Order: sequence, then C-alpha cells, then structure tokens
Amino acid sequence: MIKQKLEYETLAEIKVGQRAEVVGLLVEGLTRRRLLDLGLLPGTEVRAVMESPLGTPTAYKIRGSIFALRLEDASKIMVKPLR
Amino acid sequence: MEKGHDYLVALAGNPNTGKSTVFNALTGLHQHVGNWPGKTVARAEGSFKHTGKRYKLIDLPGTYSLLATATDEEIARNFVLFAHPEVVVVVVDSTTLERNLNLVLQVLEISNRVVICLNLMDEAARKGLKVDAEQLSRDLGVPVVPTVANMGKGLNDLVKAIAGVASGAISTSPHRFALKPEIRKALDEVTPYVKKVVSDLPNTRWITMRLLEGDARIRKTLENGDLASLATLNQHVSIAKSTEAEVKELFDRVQIAASSIRESLHDHIVSSIYADAEIIASKAVTKTGAPKIDMDAKLDRILTSRIMGFPIMIALLMGIFWITIEGANIPSQLLAEGLFWFEDQLILLFRWFGAPEWLEGVLVHGIYRGLAWVVSVMLPPMAIFFPLFALFEDFGYLARVAFNIDRFFKWAGAHGKQAITMCMGFGCNATGVISCRTINSPRERLIAILTNNFVPCNGRWPTLILMTTVFVAPMFPSAVSSIVAAAVMAAITLVGIFASFIISAVLSRTLLKGESSFFTLEMPSYRRPQVFRVLYTSLIDRTIKVLYRAIVWAAPAGAIIWILGNVYVGSESLMTYLAGILSPIGLLIGLDGIILLAYIAALPANEIIIPTIIMGYMGASMMTELESMAGLHALFVTQGFTVVTAVCLMLFSVLHYPCATTTHTIWKETRSAKWTLLSNLIPLVVAFLVCFVVAQSARILGFG
Repeated sequence: MIKQKLEYETLAEIKVGQRAEVVGLLVEGLTRRRLLDLGLLPGTEVRAVMESPLGTPTAYKIRGSIFALRLEDASKIMVKPLR
Repeated sequence: MEKGHDYLVALAGNPNTGKSTVFNALTGLHQHVGNWPGKTVARAEGSFKHTGKRYKLIDLPGTYSLLATATDEEIARNFVLFAHPEVVVVVVDSTTLERNLNLVLQVLEISNRVVICLNLMDEAARKGLKVDAEQLSRDLGVPVVPTVANMGKGLNDLVKAIAGVASGAISTSPHRFALKPEIRKALDEVTPYVKKVVSDLPNTRWITMRLLEGDARIRKTLENGDLASLATLNQHVSIAKSTEAEVKELFDRVQIAASSIRESLHDHIVSSIYADAEIIASKAVTKTGAPKIDMDAKLDRILTSRIMGFPIMIALLMGIFWITIEGANIPSQLLAEGLFWFEDQLILLFRWFGAPEWLEGVLVHGIYRGLAWVVSVMLPPMAIFFPLFALFEDFGYLARVAFNIDRFFKWAGAHGKQAITMCMGFGCNATGVISCRTINSPRERLIAILTNNFVPCNGRWPTLILMTTVFVAPMFPSAVSSIVAAAVMAAITLVGIFASFIISAVLSRTLLKGESSFFTLEMPSYRRPQVFRVLYTSLIDRTIKVLYRAIVWAAPAGAIIWILGNVYVGSESLMTYLAGILSPIGLLIGLDGIILLAYIAALPANEIIIPTIIMGYMGASMMTELESMAGLHALFVTQGFTVVTAVCLMLFSVLHYPCATTTHTIWKETRSAKWTLLSNLIPLVVAFLVCFVVAQSARILGFG
C-alpha cells in the first residue's frame, strides 16, 4: 500500500522526455472541467515534450496535441511515471 | 423578417483545425465579421450557393468542448441548441482525431444533422497516419468528408454532403455515447419534463445532463429565455413558450434526480465520451509506419531552446521592426507627396471659389493636412507590419513566443496570451486591445487591456526614430551612430515593455487582485502560412479598420491644431499663449509647453505630434515638417532642446495615455467608465513620474 503511494507524483515533477499516466486531478470546479476537457482522464498517457527557456511552463503531449501548463497547474495533476 | 437564405449552417470545431480556412474557402468574399450580440467574441458569417439554394454559414467560436462554462463555449452550444441550424459542420483535425471526437460526440448529442469535415488530411499523411473516413462515418452515423481545406481539396464533396443533409437526402443516425445505468436512470426521470420546456429539440439528453450537473447558464437560459442574442439573428427560437410552472417543475425534478448522482457526473460524462472517442478513433486511424521526421519537434527544440530561444525571438522581432521601418520609408514619402500635391489643388479650388481664408485654413491646412499626415505616416508601416506579423501568427510561432516568456507574465499575475496581445500592440494599440479577447478570464483580460498602451505602437515610432537620429546618434562617432540609434530605440521599447509588466503586476496585486486562473496554451503544429488569406485579413481587418478609426479621430484634431495656430490672443497665437501657461509643468518633467500642448491637441493620433511641435516652434500657422536633419536639429536647439529633452520626449511618448482611438476601443471592449478612465490615468501618472525623475536627476547631475 505504502509502496504504491510512492509511485505517484504530480505532473509537475515529470521531466522532459518522460512519460506518465494520469491517476487523478486534485482540483474541483471549472479548472477540473477544463483539464478533463483536454482529455486528462485517469489512464491517459501524457509525455512532457519541452520546457520553456525560463523553466516554466512545460508543454505536454496529451492525446496527440501539445499543451503548455504552468507549474502550479501541472502540480494539480496526479500521475504515475512510466519507466 | 429577412431570411435571405434557404439553409442555416453552423461551423464548429476545435481551435487550430483550419476551421476559418474552411469558412473562407466556402464563403469566399461573401462574409462579414461582427460580434456576437452583447459579447466581445468575434462572429463571422457568410454565404454560398449550391444548386440554386442559398446557404448561410455561421462560424462558431473554436472550442475543445461544449461542457465547460466559458463564454465562447456558451455561444457555440446555444447556437447549436437553440438557433436550429439545418446542418452543423464540425471541422476535425485528422492528426488528433481522438481529441477532436470529444467535441464531435458532444455535437452529435445535440444535433442530428451533422457533417464531419475531416481536415488536414495531408498533415496526417505526413505524420504517417491513415484515417478511414468511411469507417468513421459508419461509427458516427453522419457523413465524413476528408479535406485539405487550404489547398481546396475535398470542399466540393463537403458542400454536397452539407446540401444532402440539409435537404434530408442524406439521412443520419448520430452516435450517442454510452452512459452508466444509474446516470441513464436519472436522465430518464427528468427527460419528460425537459421535453415540455424545450419541445422541438431532436435530442434532449444533453440538456438534461447539463441540468443534472447544475449548469447555471443553461438553467438561466431556460428560466428567463436569455435568447435575445439569438432572436436578433432572426432565428426561430423554440423555448420561449413554456410556462413558468413548467420550468419550475423541471428544476424540482432535476434537483431530486441530481441528488443521487451529482457527485462526479461531469467526470463520468467526460470519461464516457473519451472512452467512445478512443474506440472510434482506434478503428478509423492506422499508423502507416513511423513518421519520417517530426519536424515540429525539431523546430520546437530550436525555437524554445534554453540557449537559442530568446536570441531567435529577439532577432525575429527586430527583423520585423527593421523591415517595417525601412520598407515604409519610400511609400510614406510617395504618399505624403501625393497627398500634399492634392492639398495644393484643394487650395486652388478654394481660392477659385473665393472661399474665406479661415474656411480654407480649417478645412485644408487643418483637417486635410492632419489626415494626410496620419495616412502617410501610419498606412505604410501598418500595411507592412500586420501582414508580417500575421505570417508568424499563422505559422504557429506566436504560441512559442508566449511559451518562452510566460514566466514573466506569471510573475506579473497575467495571462500567457498577453505576450501575443502585446506583440500586436507594436502595430497598433487599438488592435492590441481588441486581441485581448482571446484571453477568456475577465481579470487577466483587463490587465492585458489596461497595460497594452505601454507597448509603443507604430504611430509613435516616428517620434522615437526622429529623436534618436537627430539628438542621440550625432553624439557618437558616425561609425557607431546607427548602432547606437538602434540600441536607444530598443532600450526605449524595453522601458515600455518593462512598464507594462510592472503595471500588470501592480494591478494584479491591488485593483485586480485574484487567483490567477487556469489556462493552457496550445502549441499548434507549424503550418505553412496561407499568404493570401493572411494578406486579406491583416489588410482588411486590421490595417484598413485601424486607419479608418484613426482618420475619424484625426480630422477634428487637425482643425483644433489649425485654430490654435491661427487664433490670436493679443499679439500671440493661442498656441503660444497656451504653451506659455503649460510651460512650467512641461519644464518640470523635462519637456516644454509646446510639447505638452502638442500631446493634448494631438490626443487622437500620435502621428501628428512632431508636425505640431515643429509648427509651435516655428510659430508657423500650420503643421509642417522640415526637410533636413540639420535644420531640424538647429530649430529644436534654439528652443532649448537638449539630449535630456529628447530622452524625456521619448519616454513620454512611450509611457503616456493611449490615443483617442485606443481609448475608444478600451471603452467598447470593457463598457466600463471606470476602467476606461484608469486606462488613461495610470499611464499619465507613470509618464509624469518617470519624466520628472529623469529630468530632475539629469539637472542635478549637471546635464541639460
């Protein structure tokens, strides 16, 4: 159980080139809807593709399209890193 | 009721799917752009003919979904729901089919008469994807037409499919996504009551779902028939007839049914949609080998790289400025010559009629000359800047600019897209303010509107260029003087950008305090810009409109300036007299009375500041310009002009209040007297403060 918990991180911790699987969203309301509408559902695979020269935002490939998310928004998305 | 069409067609789709290309290709020049009634969301409509029938095409705002509660999504879904388009065309990016099916499945939920335009087929092929339109059509239950809209491919088939669905010749059986049993049960309980209120929708399930989810906007729409906006479109509107009692009963039922499932209904629905989308997409799309090279990723690695990202960005921006300034020189001169030649003819005409001298003065030397100045200074750079800029926009680079510098905006509490609105401001602040519409959270949008003016528009470039070349550059050896001039220009521009950030930060921490709202920036695929469309929209939509607005405002200014120079108080002209009064204030901030007066009189257009100043200095009776740099330098120096004056004038030019056109635009965009007033007051205070500090420090340090 404990071991399983440690496998989860937030999307903000995923490095460029790394892949992860969405586990859940830590927000409610409009932000949650927007994230869901982008297709960030549990089980969805996400890949960090590039980082702004200034460190944030980071762009992620989500269901074929690339979207940039700011650090604090990405940190609201729980993911399981894929090797 | 004017009904100039046989069929009404709505065009929906995600952003960046080539939706507007499809729209333009179908309607050609038969289109006009306005706003959705009461909203600041652009609305394009056009028409086309096919086998004798007339089709009216409405371009809905590009959205990823109809579920969230942003204004553009509300507009799109209300139109599809209540305006009863005969056909809804959903433009789909075939390279990201699964994502696009999210919107498609939602539209299929609302409307039976849908045609899918499977666009960007060439891009899909390049990425090694084969999309089976027939398979997709079988699964979705509606016609699917593969297209490459920017090359005109497949558009005939699209029109045929639209015509077939509109006339009923092609029958459809739209796919409805599967829902969990407990949700279906709740829906079934409420559906009969929805049908009473909204009688003639093909499928009420979607509305029922929205109600169960507690969608306040849909509720409001049903309650008080917030359909004025649709009624003005002369569309048949269906829900006005239901009684208050019926609506109330519906809401009661909704409450009962929702109590069991509200918890995570939205999650359920979205998961159901995407689950179906995944299945449908996987059946339709096959990978034909790996994509050769991912050009997008390659370009992105360069354009957003830690080392090269910023230098490339700055170089491109400088390049645009350079081409604009250099390229505008000759056309500006020719225009000025032509327009001033025409002025001479006007004078001859006035004299031939024996018109009184004052009339000739106000009309020709005042209004006409002012207009001629504005047109010749403003038109060429805008006609170069906006198309160039639009090419980069079309290519997909602007999204990368926003991506590169977003951290600054985050620090300032502003939206990432403010980067794009600021870039637009370099062309014209009024256009920049309008472009703030793309920012869909009200707080961040206001911040962007209020600070756009600190970006120097091309109406102010001439002032900056003149001051640097006449006063700053000659102080350096000629070998480096042009580099110094460019550097000074860049520095002054940076001051403006810096002010924009600072004021954004101050606003977001004081007057416009609040959580920064969540947003995403889509990084669209790079695309070859469509030169013709870019030229058309940037010349018609931006350049000509801006020019028209400027002309409207500049005409009275020309008259006022002429009156200032030709009405006498005792022995001196009104201009000299007023300048005398303003002089102490002017000197305090490193300027003088004439400059301040010019800034007040030339409020409508920054282009006529310098001619007005020269007119004041020469004691001439009309706006004028001097041919030689040396003459200009000498004239300015006799008036006590120093390098400090030049620097303060440049700072004032960049930081001062917006021109009348921009102020008017801010009013139109915000509809708020308070924010319009503040949009003027803030820069005024900033400009005075900065110039005061600079002038006084220079004085203490012994300059000027």
